[in-house]
Amino acid sequence: MLSVHIEKKFQVAGTPKFQLQIEEEFAPGFTVVFGPSGAGKSTLLDCIAGLVRPDGGKITFGEETFFEAEKEICLPAQKRGIGYVFQSLALFPHLTVAGNVSYGLSGLPAADRVGRMERILGAFHIERLRGRKPGELSGGEKQRVALARSVITEPRVLLLDEPLTGLDGGLRRAILEDLRNWNAGQRIPILYVTHNREEVDAIGDRIVVMVDGRVGERGTPREVLEAPRAVELAQAAGFENLLTGRVLEHRAADGVMRIGLDGKECELEIPLGNAQMGETIQVAIRAGDILLGTRLPYGLSARNVLPGTVESIETRGTMVRVQVNAGVRFTVHVTPGAARSLELAAGSVVWLVVKTHSCHVVTRR
Amino acid sequence: MSGQALLLSLRLASTVAALLLVIALPLAYWLAFTAWRGKFLLESLVALPLVLPPTVLGFYALIALGPRGALGRLWQAMFGHTLAFTFTGLVLASMLYSLPFAVQPLVTSFESLDRRLLDASSVLGAGRARSFFRIILPLAWPGVVTAVVLSFAHTLGEFGVVLMVGGNLAGITRTVSIDIYDRVQALDYTGAKETALFLLVISFAVLSVVYGVNRRVWSPWSNRQAH
Repeated sequence: MLSVHIEKKFQVAGTPKFQLQIEEEFAPGFTVVFGPSGAGKSTLLDCIAGLVRPDGGKITFGEETFFEAEKEICLPAQKRGIGYVFQSLALFPHLTVAGNVSYGLSGLPAADRVGRMERILGAFHIERLRGRKPGELSGGEKQRVALARSVITEPRVLLLDEPLTGLDGGLRRAILEDLRNWNAGQRIPILYVTHNREEVDAIGDRIVVMVDGRVGERGTPREVLEAPRAVELAQAAGFENLLTGRVLEHRAADGVMRIGLDGKECELEIPLGNAQMGETIQVAIRAGDILLGTRLPYGLSARNVLPGTVESIETRGTMVRVQVNAGVRFTVHVTPGAARSLELAAGSVVWLVVKTHSCHVVTRR
Repeated sequence: MSGQALLLSLRLASTVAALLLVIALPLAYWLAFTAWRGKFLLESLVALPLVLPPTVLGFYALIALGPRGALGRLWQAMFGHTLAFTFTGLVLASMLYSLPFAVQPLVTSFESLDRRLLDASSVLGAGRARSFFRIILPLAWPGVVTAVVLSFAHTLGEFGVVLMVGGNLAGITRTVSIDIYDRVQALDYTGAKETALFLLVISFAVLSVVYGVNRRVWSPWSNRQAH
């Protein structure tokens, strides 16, 4: 168990100063560290690795203390036994793949070194790359080499900072599978930083969400990302519609409340939250959770049916993004087939259908 | 052309370049990686020989190395003679004079290294020494070559400091540049011409090496390295 209780002032160029404040336990297995950029994810990993010294607090791994401000303990990075894959990968450009991967094994006898390297090169499917330099590798190959280099030392904790950015889905799944297989025999805590929803779903054990230097929420990806409670998280989690509205009415008996959007003629029924009458709140709705109709629908369980006009239609691969003006602008995702059969075009009159429970109340910070 | 002066100059320049490298490596390492706020003071001190007239530098060196200077006294107590007007004294003064030419290329190349590579090295268990010899030094290789070549060339061509500290003793302190000056004074233009041309050619060759290395023309992994 890795236990991190730290605070650290930090600053990303061009942004105001942040206070990183973390109280978190990381159990063996994957923990996804999710959050918008600038939330302090990399700084957190640097503190755990011993590359950045926290201002206060304590970091322990089992019985061992990595850092303790009060006792002035700060174990140097090279003594922590941590594997770390940086966002930039940081492969040594002048060493071959074999040189990179075996770099951390200097303390071992030569025979053990060779044996362990063969195992790891095999586990990550990079045997045939051993003589090449990083400059001669593709993106995916580099990422495999960086992973192999970080796990070959049999670290006690593995820190992965967006290690698979820029790979296509299939390749990413294959590498994640290799990593999962490797950890089946190790059972160490793995902190996996990513912005990517697909990776979150593929890893999926546990997620902590960082916003402005703090852990906002934690749980399984389903619990956390399907019902975000913070605006920044809603944006990061892919909620395309973030609407501002004022609470008009509480219907406690039905477990709902009615809000007026931006003072326009547009009202929504949403789940009851702890917002006061008249209070301004933010509501997040996924573009894929909104239905589109070209006639006034009836006989539906959905409580929100809003008339509107199509402003623009944009096809993005297998998805069509429709902007609808219903007093406020909504973004709706439909399939290309649906867009064709509805004969959607700019200027079409449509009805938006939104289920009460597709609306999530989120707060600013 | 005086072979003796030429040999002396080459001996002086290579001694100075070699010794400077030993001193400049740790100094540049410290300058490149320290977080100390006052490091600009040391940087200014190191750069001082760039702007100071060689005669000023030579003057202070002469005082320091002479029988009244601390170093000179110490030397005299140990070896029975002062440092002024000796080859050793010339080496010391030249090291001071060429210091920025050794330190600055090293600092520049250390500073341009991707810090994440050093982080990666530490995380993988390497201490400072291992990181330095396995990562920093190989990657800062063009800076090392530049430092050696520039301090060599700069020492080869120095005049003012040599004249102040070393005087003009044949075989001991009479370097090529002094030799040229001597010949011109004696109206021996033919001799001066040969030596001057020789210095010109050497200087050009040396600078070509520096620029070539920094364009990675001769880098051992230039065509294989990701930008």
